[in-house]
Amino acid sequence: MAKRRTGAQIIWDALEQQGVEHVFGYPGGAILPAYDALLDSRIHHVLVRHEQGAAHMADGYARASGGVGVAIATSGPGATNLVTGIATARLDSSPLVCITGQVPSKVIGTDAFQETDITGVTLPITKHNFLVTKTEDIAPTIRRAFHIASEGRPGPVLIDITKDAQQNEIDYEPDDSPIELPGRFRTGPLNPDDVERAVEILASAKRPLILAGRGIMMSSAGSRVLDLVEKTRIPVATTLLGIGGFPATHPLNMGMMGMHGEAWVNQAIQNADVLLALGMRFDDRVVGDPKKYATGALKIHLDIDPSEINKIIQVDVALVGDLSSSLDTLTPKLEIQDLSPWHHFIKDLKGDSAVRDIQALPDSGHLYAAHVINDLWRLTEGKALVATDVGQHQMWEAQYYKHDHPRKLITSGGLGTMGFALPAAMGAKVACPDEEVWVVVGDGGFQMTAAELSTCKQENLKVNIAIINNGYLGMVRQWQEFFYDKRYAATPMQNPDFVKLAEAHGLHGIRVEKRSEIEAAVGAARAEEGTVVIDFKVEREDTVYPMVAPGSTIETMIRRPTDTLVKTEKS
Amino acid sequence: MTEPSQHSRTFVVLVDDKPGVLDRVASLFRRRAYNIESLAVGRTDKPGVSHITVVMNADARTARLVEANLYKLVNVLDVQDLSNVPSVTRDLALIKVQAGHDKRAEDLQIEEVFRARIVDVSPNALIFEITGTEDKIDSLVDVLRPFGIVGLARTGRVSMVRATSEAVPSLEGVG
Repeated sequence: MAKRRTGAQIIWDALEQQGVEHVFGYPGGAILPAYDALLDSRIHHVLVRHEQGAAHMADGYARASGGVGVAIATSGPGATNLVTGIATARLDSSPLVCITGQVPSKVIGTDAFQETDITGVTLPITKHNFLVTKTEDIAPTIRRAFHIASEGRPGPVLIDITKDAQQNEIDYEPDDSPIELPGRFRTGPLNPDDVERAVEILASAKRPLILAGRGIMMSSAGSRVLDLVEKTRIPVATTLLGIGGFPATHPLNMGMMGMHGEAWVNQAIQNADVLLALGMRFDDRVVGDPKKYATGALKIHLDIDPSEINKIIQVDVALVGDLSSSLDTLTPKLEIQDLSPWHHFIKDLKGDSAVRDIQALPDSGHLYAAHVINDLWRLTEGKALVATDVGQHQMWEAQYYKHDHPRKLITSGGLGTMGFALPAAMGAKVACPDEEVWVVVGDGGFQMTAAELSTCKQENLKVNIAIINNGYLGMVRQWQEFFYDKRYAATPMQNPDFVKLAEAHGLHGIRVEKRSEIEAAVGAARAEEGTVVIDFKVEREDTVYPMVAPGSTIETMIRRPTDTLVKTEKS
Repeated sequence: MTEPSQHSRTFVVLVDDKPGVLDRVASLFRRRAYNIESLAVGRTDKPGVSHITVVMNADARTARLVEANLYKLVNVLDVQDLSNVPSVTRDLALIKVQAGHDKRAEDLQIEEVFRARIVDVSPNALIFEITGTEDKIDSLVDVLRPFGIVGLARTGRVSMVRATSEAVPSLEGVG
């Protein structure tokens, strides 16, 4: 039965029809009709303090839940403030639907108050976007947007809805017919010849490696990857976004690859004869110099996006499709073989790495980020959901917090967005209220979106925030140390008192300056009902080791010096 | 990036005939740093479907990526790489040349040799219309240059697969 509904009411009806329970947003003139109708919807709205926070929260919500996150903003500055969050979601393939208000259709193109061509602005950073000027197009567009955001390789979709389209009333009847996108690349069954070739290559492999990426999470293929590894005993290296796709504490998980990956992992990749890439895209942070990347290895690439095949690295076999179903085809055909010489080889590669680990250094009275994160991992029994920004703290988290389950590390990988962690963690907490959620963040990035502490308070969201505070933009400082002759231009930071900042928001703040204080602080934070900010005053000029200099061959790593000397090693 | 295997490639892209779709296609070429040599857009026999002919210089690997990326655009319905498919390609040009009465006989001769048409005549100038391959149009331009070309407008290539051949199905594995 058709009912008289305004466009504004239809927005919420259509979102409810998609199963949406929470949205993140900020009102304003051009989206006011929708906000008025919000009061009659059962959808919960989280009022953010800046629209960038809304986009990151929706992103964190999507990454934690596996569903689609929704962000809402007004026209003009409200819409443009979403841009960083949309670009972040785009590069990490996170499904978002962003709804923005637009000036009335009659004044579009006249430089009206708060008018921005947001579909033009977001064209290159969305999977798709829509401008809706007619009330009857609202519901079908929202349905299409959810479909597009989540199908194939997921990504952000923006819907810009004019104010008059929200205000007008039409006869509305919900539609749930299937969505058809006629021109989409369809992933049919795998080509049997390609599967055969992959099986042959793997059958004769003596030194194979699995490269595990975020596609494992997107396809919920974790158990299938585990089956594959248990059957074939092929060692696994993960990308940053692949962390958790395969248990970190599994004996065949070697650890993270790439710029700040474990040295032995990168060396193993360079020595491999077969690379089996699962839902990863050979990003430059993973590959280093593509001309010198794993030159002795045959490469098999499983990915859902055909435009990732042969983009950076030329592969020998490509299996394009959903990872889970591809593995269902591939794994049963693989034979069991003895890889123990290869396992021993990798063990030898580890060599003196343990000695270089900061955990092995005597307690000098200094507080190192690695200590903080290692203790956090131990005290939360590795079960927390952790969100990080970008930079040194992100790499230390990836190295020292051993995630055994998918969707437990939420980090801005592709775009490397500062200010992502806190709002993303909040979105994750909204999606998964029973999870223990931690934010691990630098002092620089935290200040980019620290205003969302108010949102935490207003929404009674419980997240724990570990600020890795070294008083520097640490990763930039590290690059200046290595590549700019220690000229620290614009990296030292004078910070506010983070404990007082927490208190000003009605939240609890704790300062930690010694390693011996970590355990008590983490315990207190976990016990506290509300959000807690812990200001970890860590060693100011600590460095993330090992490191591949940008564009270098990945086995050429700068290692943590065993004495006071930084030296570059080649294996 | 310049490799010996690079050559001019023509893609025929069928897209939704909706506002902003050309922008999406052009934006893809821009942001992936693919350089467009020629671009022609127009309607097809099917309502709601537009025909885009894009010409670019690319090796086989890049061509495959262009095709795969085009398919990621929601408004793209079909992509054909005409490089290895028999096809017909035409270009149309309007060329305005200075031509007093003393040159008219010569102009008419050229018109006939090139099977061009003179579509506008004024006391001091003529406009030639020519349809054909790029080469043919290029040579007419060369021939007319000594007369003094005062205006030149070209459509860019428009291409279509020949009726006798089926386009190679796209994206089946990798080469």
